[in-house]
Amino acid sequence: MQQQLEEQLAPLQKRIPVFTRSVKGAFRRFKSTVLVVAYMIFFGLPWLPWVRTDAPSQAVLFDLPGRRFLIFNLTVYPQDVVWLALLLFISAVLLFFVTGLVGRAFCGYFCFQTLWTDFFIWIEAKIQGERPARIRLFRQPWDKEKSLKLGLTHFIWMCAAFWTGLTFVAYFTYAPQLVIDFFTGLAAAAAYLTVGILTVSTYAAAGLMREQVCTYICPYGRFQSVMYDPETLAVHYDAVRGEGTHGRTGARSGLRTIEERKAQGHGDCIDCSMCVQVCPAGIDIRDGLQYKCISCGLCIDACNSIMESMNFPGGLIRYDSESNLAKLQPQKPYLHWKRLKIIGYGVALLAMTAYLVYSVVTRSDFDRSISQIRQPLYVVLSNGDIRNRYQIRITNTADHDESYSVSTQDIPAFALDLGNFSEVSIKPGHSATVMASVRLPPENAAKIREFHFRITPKSRPDEARSEQVRFDFNLTQ
Amino acid sequence: MSEQLQSQSVQTTGHAWDGDLQEFNNPLPTWWVYTFYITVAFALVYWFLYPSWPIGKSFLGGFSTISYVNKAGETQTSHWNTRALLMEKLNEAEKMQKPYFSKIASMSFQQISHDQELSGFVQSAGRALFTDNCAPCHQQGGQGLVGAYPNLTDDDWLYGGNYESIQETITNGRRGYMPTFSEVLNAQQIDALANYVASLSGIGHDVAKAGEGEQLFHSETAACYYCHGPDGKGKQTIGAPNLTDKIWLWANVPAAENDAAKLAAIRQIIYSGQSKGVMPVWGERLAPEQIKVLTVYVHDVLGGGSK
Repeated sequence: MQQQLEEQLAPLQKRIPVFTRSVKGAFRRFKSTVLVVAYMIFFGLPWLPWVRTDAPSQAVLFDLPGRRFLIFNLTVYPQDVVWLALLLFISAVLLFFVTGLVGRAFCGYFCFQTLWTDFFIWIEAKIQGERPARIRLFRQPWDKEKSLKLGLTHFIWMCAAFWTGLTFVAYFTYAPQLVIDFFTGLAAAAAYLTVGILTVSTYAAAGLMREQVCTYICPYGRFQSVMYDPETLAVHYDAVRGEGTHGRTGARSGLRTIEERKAQGHGDCIDCSMCVQVCPAGIDIRDGLQYKCISCGLCIDACNSIMESMNFPGGLIRYDSESNLAKLQPQKPYLHWKRLKIIGYGVALLAMTAYLVYSVVTRSDFDRSISQIRQPLYVVLSNGDIRNRYQIRITNTADHDESYSVSTQDIPAFALDLGNFSEVSIKPGHSATVMASVRLPPENAAKIREFHFRITPKSRPDEARSEQVRFDFNLTQ
Repeated sequence: MSEQLQSQSVQTTGHAWDGDLQEFNNPLPTWWVYTFYITVAFALVYWFLYPSWPIGKSFLGGFSTISYVNKAGETQTSHWNTRALLMEKLNEAEKMQKPYFSKIASMSFQQISHDQELSGFVQSAGRALFTDNCAPCHQQGGQGLVGAYPNLTDDDWLYGGNYESIQETITNGRRGYMPTFSEVLNAQQIDALANYVASLSGIGHDVAKAGEGEQLFHSETAACYYCHGPDGKGKQTIGAPNLTDKIWLWANVPAAENDAAKLAAIRQIIYSGQSKGVMPVWGERLAPEQIKVLTVYVHDVLGGGSK
């Protein structure tokens, strides 16, 4: 084992191929379920139809030329980039929160590198057979069988990678039209380029590089140690139970029951190396927690299935915390959530999510921004009246044309002058600016320091909004 | 472990310092080396395409060329350079603005100011033009400077505040002139006139002196009524200001703290006259459509235009 480790550490070491054995168990089931659900969402969502009046009828469409994201009923404009920032921050904190609780669960079950690698390995196993057959195929010289099987595997990988790339681009344009245009040569240059890049990168990352992405490229594995606590649940091999006092040994005659093994000082581990065979990262978890382990739990399923067939209790490899394992009498593993770090992250997550939901739900159908013209701040007119001017910018964030009228309530009606545009009509996604000027006699100007503008959308008067502005002039005059 | 690694694959540079201090000769990462080679190839191609090496008093211009259309309408082509790039971008900007400017050129002022889309264009293009050409004198917001440049945001106009007058002012320029009355009037007469002018615009004054001033105003001695009109309301045909309102351009009455100071300011302007008021002739520098945009900007957006 140590030699293997050093072989791997040598500089410029070529990739040592990993042939994973298939396994059945609870964690394998969970992993597959996540894969199927994630694929259904990713590959299915661009094809979901949605009724729209001013955009293609696709439920999720990131309309870059139109400068808007259409997500079901919601239209997201560039002004709402705060939501994206909040969403990214929530994702980051969620990641830290989950890692503090269950370690690299994201790596093992949810990361798209894991999902695609898992899928590609499944394709490989379906075509080339189980682990022994694949090893044999790898070692045999190039003949008809090898060319056919390997060629077919890589061809299907290419197709899957291509469809992944095409689906990605389908989020940015109308999907049925994209597929037609793509194969008739009419799609945009950016589409061909993106699909090309994504096909090559997906094929390389999931088919050729696989675990090397996790080991060498992804930074997450490297800073995981910062996010772990002694109470974090990680995949651990119970060395105390498995090795005993004299180390692990095979289940030869005389060593087939736990009592026999204990009597001779051996632990429960029968050195079947199933855990090594199923590992997609190619490590031996019995060496302890290591940076290459992506916490996918397949070794747990493998060991449990062997333990079951030997009538030994399961859990020799299990999700457990370091502090629990270090105890003389380890307890049943449980989720240590009553820690300041976890509770802190959890509270932060709840607060941010609540704010995001609140912000999305209470977004009005139009944006407005009123700024007082500051150069000059006020003007003395020929009869001594004071005038302040304001620039009122209205953005229509609804999905239909709308007319907006501007009015005030706190000042006399004759004081407000909106020029030629007391009412402006704005198309969805566009803005217009209204120049408003307010003139007051000096006596009134001294009394009115602040007042409100009211902007009313014509078709929905109940959604009118008010903004407060100042009225300035020089008091010493 | 380090000894084992050493014996396996990595060679040392062969030299030993201080007896036994050696250095591993680790190879550079392959991806790094090939990326470096690619950058070298890129540089070679770049030298041929764009201006690069100096040669004697000149330099290699590169095979890449760039063209733009200059003001006279001729296409100029040269080796790639950033000035030509700027001119090319300005060409493109002009092309993008052309539809708006053609509409402005063909529509009347009233039509432009009632069209929502063109009003938006006037706000942005007018602001840019104003900042580049007008703001050096009239200031960023058009508020002008007392004693130097008129305030374009108020509703008092020397030469008229409707669209046509503003357009005329910008296109052909103006020259304001008030004679130096110290040459024809003595101090007492100037004082009397100042009090009368103060009485016209509601500033505290000496009533007796103001009465004298009124007579002088309408006399042939001072003859103020020639330019400023019999009622003191000014004459827009020659740019004589309205003396009865609260707006002052040359005499710094707004900044004066008390009535005595205000009277002093008015006396000063009558005494010395003024010939500094020059508005340049913009018709030779700006296109007619640009002047039209500026006219609507000054009239509508700066807010003081009269109907």
